[in-house]
Amino acid sequence: MAIDSTQLEETQTSALRSAIDAPDSVGIVTPRSYHFDEPLQLRSGKTLPSYDLMVETYGELNAARSNAILICHALSGDHHAAGYHSASDSKPGWWDSAIGPGKAIDTTKFFVVALNNLGGCAGSTGPTSINPETGKPYGPDFPVVTVRDWVKSQLNLMDRLGIEKWAAVVGGSLGGMQVQRWAISYPDRVANAVCIASAPKLSAQNIAFNEVARYSITSDPNFHAGRYLEHNTYPKQGLMLARMVGHITYLSDSAMRAKFGNAGSQLENTTRGNLGRDLRSGTLSFGLNVDFEVESYLHYQGERFSSNFDANSYLLMTKALDYFDPSVDYGNDLSKAFAEGDCKFLLVSFSTDWRFPPERSRELVETLLKAGREVTYLEVEADQGHDAFLMPIPRYINAMRGFLDNVYKELVTDAS
Amino acid sequence: MRPDQEIIQRWIEPDSRVLDLGCGDGSLLANLKQTKGVKGTGLEIDGDKIQSCVERGINVIEQNLDAGLWNFQSDSFDTVLLAQTLQALSHPDQLIDEMLRVGRRGIVTFPNFGNWKSRLYLSSKGRMPVSKFMPHAWYDTPNIHFCTVRDFDALCEEKNIRILERTVVDLKHEGSLSMRLLPNLLGEIAIYHIARS
Repeated sequence: MAIDSTQLEETQTSALRSAIDAPDSVGIVTPRSYHFDEPLQLRSGKTLPSYDLMVETYGELNAARSNAILICHALSGDHHAAGYHSASDSKPGWWDSAIGPGKAIDTTKFFVVALNNLGGCAGSTGPTSINPETGKPYGPDFPVVTVRDWVKSQLNLMDRLGIEKWAAVVGGSLGGMQVQRWAISYPDRVANAVCIASAPKLSAQNIAFNEVARYSITSDPNFHAGRYLEHNTYPKQGLMLARMVGHITYLSDSAMRAKFGNAGSQLENTTRGNLGRDLRSGTLSFGLNVDFEVESYLHYQGERFSSNFDANSYLLMTKALDYFDPSVDYGNDLSKAFAEGDCKFLLVSFSTDWRFPPERSRELVETLLKAGREVTYLEVEADQGHDAFLMPIPRYINAMRGFLDNVYKELVTDAS
Repeated sequence: MRPDQEIIQRWIEPDSRVLDLGCGDGSLLANLKQTKGVKGTGLEIDGDKIQSCVERGINVIEQNLDAGLWNFQSDSFDTVLLAQTLQALSHPDQLIDEMLRVGRRGIVTFPNFGNWKSRLYLSSKGRMPVSKFMPHAWYDTPNIHFCTVRDFDALCEEKNIRILERTVVDLKHEGSLSMRLLPNLLGEIAIYHIARS
């Protein structure tokens, strides 16, 4: 029996409704904006006179205000980490696999706070916001923000929410850098630090990928020196290319073989099969068309991203990544940066991650040990490359759950 | 508790820093944390055991001991433990050097291959000993460097390592006068407390 489009929509809607109503989903969530009038002094020397932070929270803050977990997002993430914004929302928040009732970051135990960082484009003050001095969007005039600046703004949010100490600060990739910065800058405000697939600073290879992304954006004829909004356009091609390159680096060779390989080629069996060379239409076009599935995927991802993400924000986020190096204030000895505080660390890396490979996490482990800090570190076999940190890989998720369960047990013990 | 663990516990100073190499499910460190207030860290490579450590709230680092202890500072621990793991290492002698670089003292326990049962098994059957105590066949055993009490004594002498205490027990964790007199023949598990000279 053929299913007509109305039936299909109904099926999809009911599937979605059951996902929203699932007992381990935080369900429908509504973001909230917090305004800050106090100027924010930035690392660059510039000042942001006032700003807004877009925030989502899940779970309940306990009476002692001790069960709060801060989630720090990565390059293209935002405050929408879990749940759905409406019943017609097709996708949940970016870390819905880890956040929810009974999930690794358990919202029946913890009050989870996620925000969009400054310079972003999902509701917090950024290049698309109106510059109060000119009445026009900031565009390229939005100051360069660093991980340190983000964490400072997160501290202000924390104070606004009346939280004295995070039970844990959690983040992957660029989010993991914020976790490190929290432990360094505000050691007495963090009880536990969960730093996934991150690095103490970028390598030249990483900076190089970011520069390719930036150059593709800034060389797009529609970039207009960053004032594209004033020209009612945006550097779509540049953003697409930036994202396509990014996507290649987030996946591993084996993940791509599996994702685009002929039916039946599983992750564990990627040397067989067709190496991920599935064709779009079954035949080669003998032209410059999209022949392979992988090409189609990159185009789709680039397209989707370019219509959802602001180019100036992307430039800012990549700069924040490049600039992160907390050791500069400590004579290039990062262990001195971690000398203060007693928060415990959980670090996880993934075997096929070549953007933030295991040796970068091991470096961080070595630094933390040198600083005399308590560290737990897992090196998880995973084929998904850097993207693994966003996926519900059992070893990784179970370790995070186990670690946070102990955080919660200590909270309960301390309270009694 | 494993037979060797109770003796280890006696040798550990309260509130000291302990590194446990091949810490397994973290039960020894958990016990030392509870009874002696030690600040402990374990190294382990088995995923399930690492998960057990995490669940017990024991700091654990996924690390292969054959790669050495390069990421640990010299003198950063009071005691470094190597319990029932020596025989599974590629370079046990090198790791013992590393142990005594990272820790002031070391505690090493291993199955004593010089035990009379092993000797009897080998001499009477002519085959590598398999028992409850050493349950693996020769081809699939993780234990690639068996040694005897006398072998370990010789290694310590060669490396100029001080033996603070040495004891042997059987699998029921019982020591006896005869075991003290003939440790290499009667002891099933050897337990050494060592330090740099």
